[in-house]
Amino acid sequence: MNQPLTLTAAQKAGPALTSLALGVVLAILVAMPLLHLLPADNTFHVSAYTLTLVGKILCYAIVALALDLVWGYAGLLSLGHGLFFALGGYAMGMYLSRQAAGDGLPAFMSFLAWTELPWYWYGTSSFLWALCLVVLAPGLLAFVFGFFAFRSRIKGVYFSIMTQALTFAGMLLFFRNETGFGGNNGFTGFTRILGFEITAPATRAALFLATVALLAGSLLLGWRLARSKFGRVLTAVRDAENRLMFCGYDPRGYKLFIWTLSAVLCGLAGALYVPQVGIINPSEMAPTQSIEAAVWVALGGRGTLIGPLLGAGIVNGMKSWFTVAFPEYWLFFLGALFIVVTLFLPRGVVGLLKNKGEA
Amino acid sequence: MKVSATPETMLLPEQDSGTARDAIGLGVAAGEGLNARHGTILTLEDINVSFDGFKALTNLTLYIGVGELRCIIGPNGAGKTTMMDVITGKTRPDNGVAYFGETYDLTEMSEYEIAQAGIGRKFQKPTVFEALSVFENLELAQKTGKSVWASLRAKLSGEQKDRIDEVLATIRLDGSRHRPAGLLSHGQKQFLEIGMLLVQDPHLLLLDEPVAGMTDAETEFTAELFRSLAGKHSLMVVEHDMGFVGSIADHVTVLHQGQVLAEGSLEDVQRDERVIEVYLGR
Repeated sequence: MNQPLTLTAAQKAGPALTSLALGVVLAILVAMPLLHLLPADNTFHVSAYTLTLVGKILCYAIVALALDLVWGYAGLLSLGHGLFFALGGYAMGMYLSRQAAGDGLPAFMSFLAWTELPWYWYGTSSFLWALCLVVLAPGLLAFVFGFFAFRSRIKGVYFSIMTQALTFAGMLLFFRNETGFGGNNGFTGFTRILGFEITAPATRAALFLATVALLAGSLLLGWRLARSKFGRVLTAVRDAENRLMFCGYDPRGYKLFIWTLSAVLCGLAGALYVPQVGIINPSEMAPTQSIEAAVWVALGGRGTLIGPLLGAGIVNGMKSWFTVAFPEYWLFFLGALFIVVTLFLPRGVVGLLKNKGEA
Repeated sequence: MKVSATPETMLLPEQDSGTARDAIGLGVAAGEGLNARHGTILTLEDINVSFDGFKALTNLTLYIGVGELRCIIGPNGAGKTTMMDVITGKTRPDNGVAYFGETYDLTEMSEYEIAQAGIGRKFQKPTVFEALSVFENLELAQKTGKSVWASLRAKLSGEQKDRIDEVLATIRLDGSRHRPAGLLSHGQKQFLEIGMLLVQDPHLLLLDEPVAGMTDAETEFTAELFRSLAGKHSLMVVEHDMGFVGSIADHVTVLHQGQVLAEGSLEDVQRDERVIEVYLGR
């Protein structure tokens, strides 16, 4: 008899607890780069290693959130989001390579004995144009791919396989030296961004804060979308697309919008990832990278906004610990984790937390 | 050009039934934006559909009048669902004419365009958006702007809320408005889907076995609801339950092997030798 009461109590406490937890996490994330600015011998100093690691995980969390918008809400499982992430990263990498090269050609082009820049490198010495490319490259590719895929009513596993093939094709293309993106080495050896030294504590702190801002912005955007009628139409696309068409909606436009938006978010995350990690190469487009992103979302809980962030944090946190402590067992552990989640936590970690709260 | 239906040009049931276009227009305007001046809201002529050589519909010809409540009966495999698929744009006929009103060529339109033009469909298996609440299901179905942009900016007006409340009361789901639709009983889902058609405010409603899985009381209530809708809307009901058909229909069409076998009142049809042979006598 008491259950309905505790239930409502838990439901009322839910949003308050969630916002409190979010606030605490946000405060920590803002404090970290500031503590990094302290002298290295200070007890509260946050090392560059930690800051880079967390910054990297935050970029992955944005990818997880973007993937959840298309998979969790619209039911489109993409196994190729790594491609959009890498394209954003490459666009930023082009700018950073130009900065490092000064007036000359980027180092890898000199190795290939090229004498001039390929046409698509034109303007990449401008930070603003690089930002445009960060948005346009993944955005346009996603738009064109989505336009044809959704027009042909490709869905379910066929859609997933095609996205996987797309990122694989991208990887093979970028592996070639002739493509003009540094072949299998990609871009590295960055020195400056906007004139600032890229490894300076202040630059690292600024990049980290920009990542936190992008994550918070994406979360807010996702929250607004999920609460709008648009979000409800997406859920309807996922659950009963036929019914939705007979209600007078054209699902193609809805899918295309969220698909393209998701790709752009991934591109932005990639653009922030590259200067923090200091390298971009075609392995970011490897199919396994994109599949891992799907694991983050599934583990955290798809169709929720916080879930994918938790998933990305838990898996990547464990990964960086495991690969140091027991390097040979990491992949087995990842596989086991995925099986456990599929069998026992269909709603992910978030589902588990909710059940605990309601019991 | 939008020409609204005018009474003079309509077929009158008592004079014109059985004439060239065997549809009974009740002399009711079909509503805004739909040209139905000859009193026919749906025209199907010589429709042929075949799947890998199997002929699902053969020269099917059928007219539905404005404001009419038509029941379609027929044994399994008679082509009832295929016919609905043709009308709603899900299946393209191999040849034949399919018009909604005088101007909408259904063979040229996509599913969502047909729905926007004013044809609502209820599936055989109740299909609702299970993750959304009852209220949200009706909100999505409601007649309003359905583009991406419109949905991003959508905010329910007081008038729209009132309309949803009204329909919630009509389908007796007022008390479950905030429940996820997936938790409703089978009969409640049927009613919710009917409610989703109502808020869509269509000119023509296609209902595929609407009372399947309903209790007797629910069936009776549905019959009453449909009778009250006829006149304002045109209805085409596919149903197996003869008792239900008898309680609502003024006009019955029997389909058999993709063709119209007989048409008329339920009594006429039930007396028809061929109908008894293929269907009722079994």
